[in-house]
Amino acid sequence: MRYITPRKRAEGRGAAHHGTEHHWSMTVSAVGLAFLVPVWLYVFGKALGQSREVVVETFGSPFPAILTALLLVVGMRHFAMGATTMIEDYARGSVRKMLIIFVTCLAWVIAATGLFALARMAL
Amino acid sequence: MAEPKRVERPMSPFMIGPYYRPQMTSISSILTRITGHALVAGVILGVWWLLAAATSEAYFATANAVATSWFGDLVFTGSMWAVWYHYLAGLRHLYFDAGHGLEVPTAEKLGWACIIGSVVLTVITILLVQ
Repeated sequence: MRYITPRKRAEGRGAAHHGTEHHWSMTVSAVGLAFLVPVWLYVFGKALGQSREVVVETFGSPFPAILTALLLVVGMRHFAMGATTMIEDYARGSVRKMLIIFVTCLAWVIAATGLFALARMAL
Repeated sequence: MAEPKRVERPMSPFMIGPYYRPQMTSISSILTRITGHALVAGVILGVWWLLAAATSEAYFATANAVATSWFGDLVFTGSMWAVWYHYLAGLRHLYFDAGHGLEVPTAEKLGWACIIGSVVLTVITILLVQ
């Protein structure tokens, strides 16, 4: 027998205090990336190995630029959140905190660098 | 008050081998995490190459030499397989989340589909962008 009322079970957002937000966010970004990744692989693969003029013209044009920007932002958030889950599985205490801060920063640095490069090529 | 008895629990997933026989389901699951994290190498190389292209002719020459060298080929080909594996395993995750495909024979077939499918898609992508 459970000494717990249905209300108690429904209230609050669980032991993590933020419910299923993390999981749902990963689901949403996964579906977004499922559309972005195949197209981006084609664009990037075609540009790789070309001259600088071709590369700048490719990533400076609207479709590849917007596609790459979306991939960087959505992809790096997806990476940072996935890496956080992995770190929470394998590390504890201060090491855990430092690693989470590190991957979060790394993800933002990669995204910002890519966006800067895109802006420079497009404008 | 009596000391609560400490229960020695095996730590999951430490590790496939001593406690659990490696199975398609466990290996294909751990590969999702490995490929997802390894992908950051390809992303860093790709973004560095883009930054160099946006900066100057000389910088691009350096980055392009690395990106198109045997090392670049290794990183990008590996990343290509990793991204396709992670892609298929991610779709499988969504399918599992919806409550489908959880019977053991089906789950094992889906694991094989991820592994074989990722290799096929990698080859197709390489042929397509050649």
